Amino acid sequence: MSMQILLVALGVVAGPLIGGLIGGLDRIITARFQSRVGPPILQPFYDVNKLLAKEYTVVNAWQAFCAYSYLAASMISVALFFLQSDMLVIYFVQAVGAIFLVVGALSSTSPYSQVGAHRELLQMLAYEPLLVLVIIGIYIETGSFKISAVYSWDKPLLLKLPFLFVVLGYALTIKLRKSPFDLSTSHHAHQELVKGVTTDYSGPFLGLIEIAHWYDVVLFLCFCSLFWATDIAGMIILISITYFLEILIDNVSARMTWRWMLGNVWAIGLTLSLVNLIWLYQR
Amino acid sequence: MFKKLIKNSRMKSPWLLHFDCGSCNGCDIEVLACLTPVYDVERFGIINVGNPMHADLFLVTGTVNSRNSMVLRNLYDQMPNPKVVVAIGSCGLSGGIFREAYNVVGGVDKIIPVDVYVPGCPAKPEAIIDGVVAGLQKYAHVAN
Repeated sequence: MSMQILLVALGVVAGPLIGGLIGGLDRIITARFQSRVGPPILQPFYDVNKLLAKEYTVVNAWQAFCAYSYLAASMISVALFFLQSDMLVIYFVQAVGAIFLVVGALSSTSPYSQVGAHRELLQMLAYEPLLVLVIIGIYIETGSFKISAVYSWDKPLLLKLPFLFVVLGYALTIKLRKSPFDLSTSHHAHQELVKGVTTDYSGPFLGLIEIAHWYDVVLFLCFCSLFWATDIAGMIILISITYFLEILIDNVSARMTWRWMLGNVWAIGLTLSLVNLIWLYQR
Repeated sequence: MFKKLIKNSRMKSPWLLHFDCGSCNGCDIEVLACLTPVYDVERFGIINVGNPMHADLFLVTGTVNSRNSMVLRNLYDQMPNPKVVVAIGSCGLSGGIFREAYNVVGGVDKIIPVDVYVPGCPAKPEAIIDGVVAGLQKYAHVAN
């Protein structure tokens, strides 16, 4: 029991620390791609500190409630992952969090916030089914939805589920808000309708949403690490390569339309998933 | 210690909002030049945000006239405290060569309080960065 409490504490504390550091590294590497120097690695922490210390402004009570709920849901999903719990439960909890972000944006009357919220919903529509298919693939291979079963599996899942890993890469790109899928809100002001889904969140609430986003990033990278769960070095190498490819794709591609995203992600994602699942089933 | 942490974070993470208040685009081009690889202000954590509700620094270029003074006021009011206003270029400071025009109200400080004035026609990117840094000193020392 005390071991479990320790794991939850580790997840809740280490989650945002790792997520923030990854964010800082991401910004430095992106800057280097563009032949700039880039901000210090701790920049995301400075940003969030500053936001949390700003004036408390909120459009309505719903928005504040939604920001807290999004953070809570993301926190719980990471804690559940560290407890090696059921993947489907983790998936549903993170989906609830994502929905709260959208509801908070919809509770404002600003048209920019509304457009951003609708785009966020479309993004969820694109990646959530793929995530379920990835989880089903892991279930067919290991015979359990539990993460502990994946860790006790003796062969890396990547060898059996290579296409599903690519599909998870699509979901990761959408969730990290990387081009070409940064439709709901982008890191770059010049291509954004004000600020998309986060337009009306300001000050401390934007800080909370940023922290929740760090948890989400950590959760999705943890999902990626499941594909090489046999040893820690393999896990770290796999995550590093995946994240580097994400940054590369972000830098070489432009933002696309939501129609293109839905068509492309579903066509390629569902096809790859089905091929991989049929292959697993036939064996 | 907590206050020091916040002050440090504020110094290192100013997000700026840039508003062209009827400028000839000379100063605007110089402001955007600060974000290019040559000057790379993201080194100092500066991000150009398009949303007043996320911004800490308000960079205003150009003369204020009776039509856009309302927009300027509105943008300023939407920014959460603490905030700093930097007026850029001769027009932003006083109305510049347009100050005698029938529809021109004058400099930015006629409508909103200005903390830092950056002269020049157009202001050089180096001068703008200097102005932002001077604004930051003020911004970090605001009592919360």
